Amino acid sequence: MPHFDLSDSDVVVIVGSGAGGGTMANELTRRGLKVVLFEAGKRQSLASFSQNPGEAFAQLTWLEPRSQSGSWDPVKTSPALPAWHCRTVGGTTVHWTAATPRLQSYETRARSVYGDIPGASLADWPIEYAELKRWYQAAEKRLGVTRRNGNPGMPASNNFKVMYAGARRLGYKRVHTNYLAINSRARDGRGLCIQQGFCVQGCKTGAKWSTLYTEIPQAEASGKLDLRSECFVTRIEHDNAGRASGVVYRDAAGAEQRQRARIVCVAGNAIETARLLLLSESGRFKGGLANGSDQLGRNYCHHVLSFVFGIFDQPVSFWRGAVLAGVVEDENIHDPRRGFAGGYHLELAMLDLPTLPLIGLPYGWGRDFASVIDNYRNMAGMLINGEDLPRADNRITLSRTLKDGYGLPVAHIHCDPHPNDLAMRAHAAGQGKKLYEAAGAKRTVVSTVPPATHQMGTARMSHDPGQGVTNAYGRTHEVPNLFISDGSVQTTAGAANPTLTIVALALRQAQHIGGEVAAQRL
Amino acid sequence: MNIRATHLGSLQSAERRLFVRGVGVLSGVIALGSPLAALLPSRIWAVELRVLSSAEAAALLAMIRTIAPHDTLDDAAYALVVNAIDADAAASTQAHADLKAGIASLGDGFALMSEQVRVEHLKAIESGAFFQSVRLKTLLVLYNNPIAWVHFGFQGESFSKGGYLLRGFNDLKWLPEVPLADSGPMPLG
Repeated sequence: MPHFDLSDSDVVVIVGSGAGGGTMANELTRRGLKVVLFEAGKRQSLASFSQNPGEAFAQLTWLEPRSQSGSWDPVKTSPALPAWHCRTVGGTTVHWTAATPRLQSYETRARSVYGDIPGASLADWPIEYAELKRWYQAAEKRLGVTRRNGNPGMPASNNFKVMYAGARRLGYKRVHTNYLAINSRARDGRGLCIQQGFCVQGCKTGAKWSTLYTEIPQAEASGKLDLRSECFVTRIEHDNAGRASGVVYRDAAGAEQRQRARIVCVAGNAIETARLLLLSESGRFKGGLANGSDQLGRNYCHHVLSFVFGIFDQPVSFWRGAVLAGVVEDENIHDPRRGFAGGYHLELAMLDLPTLPLIGLPYGWGRDFASVIDNYRNMAGMLINGEDLPRADNRITLSRTLKDGYGLPVAHIHCDPHPNDLAMRAHAAGQGKKLYEAAGAKRTVVSTVPPATHQMGTARMSHDPGQGVTNAYGRTHEVPNLFISDGSVQTTAGAANPTLTIVALALRQAQHIGGEVAAQRL
Repeated sequence: MNIRATHLGSLQSAERRLFVRGVGVLSGVIALGSPLAALLPSRIWAVELRVLSSAEAAALLAMIRTIAPHDTLDDAAYALVVNAIDADAAASTQAHADLKAGIASLGDGFALMSEQVRVEHLKAIESGAFFQSVRLKTLLVLYNNPIAWVHFGFQGESFSKGGYLLRGFNDLKWLPEVPLADSGPMPLG
């Protein structure tokens, strides 16, 4: 692997090695560009993934503290971990559960379709849906998504049999084993899914797509990638012309270094991406780099999330098998008669025993709490994943109270759910309970809002430079060689798990950068 | 079942403990015929404590049992939580003092009170730091060890055994099978 010189101003710097950053690294090196890829975490491998859930959590998770405020549940239920994402090479693609639905056309026109909803900062995406769809198709081929392009669907697990039976009895029509970036057959030099049930701990067969063992090794093979793991970028610098000139970072030994760059792509997961740009404020860019719109960090979305569990008289053994191999799509529509705008998915989900009491249960302790776990063998589970509405004050700022190990303020998350989110959650929880009752459940349990795993919207795309941070290519309106390459750019959340959208937009952004470089405009 | 989790290292056979000088000790006997017997070197188990007395450990164990009341889960699993809290207290004088004060606040004879009385006691202190720290440690330790896994049925990692593909991920028979069009074929042959 090459080591590019710190003073080499010809390299593209990418911050973050997950779905966005890892894909960008592959796409840009493939186009002949030199890339320095920064990752704050360590590099693991199929062999080093721990199969103890507690150890795996410590191995992969972004555990730096965050402060938070607002009326959303995690302030009370998960004060130390409002968001659950990764700090490791491959980013959150190491622990994701690989659901890869597309956004629906109506979801990219949320402002036009839903109207002007008070208390929400809705906007339409600056990309035509037909254009987005083309990149979805490219991303689905890249990731080997099941039920697309001739890839077989996943076989039905016990947990899905319960979901399917209940959903059919409720009259739902679009119910299947989900679109998953998991090999249902060996392909792409990787094995097939053997239904381990340990997607979240790192897939030890590599059947689940992760940039750790797909995009990043391919980029390394090009001889153009300099991967710097355990290196934490603390600031993006700019020159007198207002162009990004490089990044300041702490190396693995904690020493401060400075890497020059011709282009900077930020893909640190929407919370850390916003934090990094906020930390990069300067005399010229007050209030954060590329933040003339004052939209940076705002419109933070994380989906309407809750688990619903059904408890049955007979065993389900829901811990066996791919975690998210099932979905009900019927509610992913805009139908205001339900009492809210936008839609949601009911996705199959299970929690391993150590994780269940930490993020799955609404009871703090005592008999109600314990009696759920007593039924662990007989539980079925699903996750509500719905569109939450962006709000100007649901935002990432720099914490006034907490600092990281380098003395830098950590991210502060403020979140007040919109009434639309609460109405959707109540509807979805009701449907989830009915679904399990239709399948014969003797008891149903709806969780509190778990830590956020889908971070979106903090540097959103907009045609109008006053309404967002980037243009339709994720290129910041104010700094022409600064790009955002992760879920931060989503103009609205939609109800789709974000990774497929992140990869689709990264493929599109890479083509844009390649064209601009070839035309000597960048 | 993976029985090599490090948590079990803290449960020793009682005979070995006699050579180690601790402050207090928690001990018990696993019921004859319990599946847990296979996980431990002896049916008699003991946890040597670093800072807690035997009486304090018994009160703490009763508190943990009240937080997470699983009537048929062996005390050996709860003792792992006591051990973890005791170890944390041994590492910090502040944590040590907080723990001693917290247990003292439960009052004399807490372990012998009825569950209803213990619940009322804990409800009165549930917003406090002592209760919250014990609750969190209970959630982190009680369900992440092989004793709990055997008890609740969680089978844990499956990679070393070829996953659950041929070991029951789809063995549910009390509901109809899913049509192939909405699922997919088994990846065999």
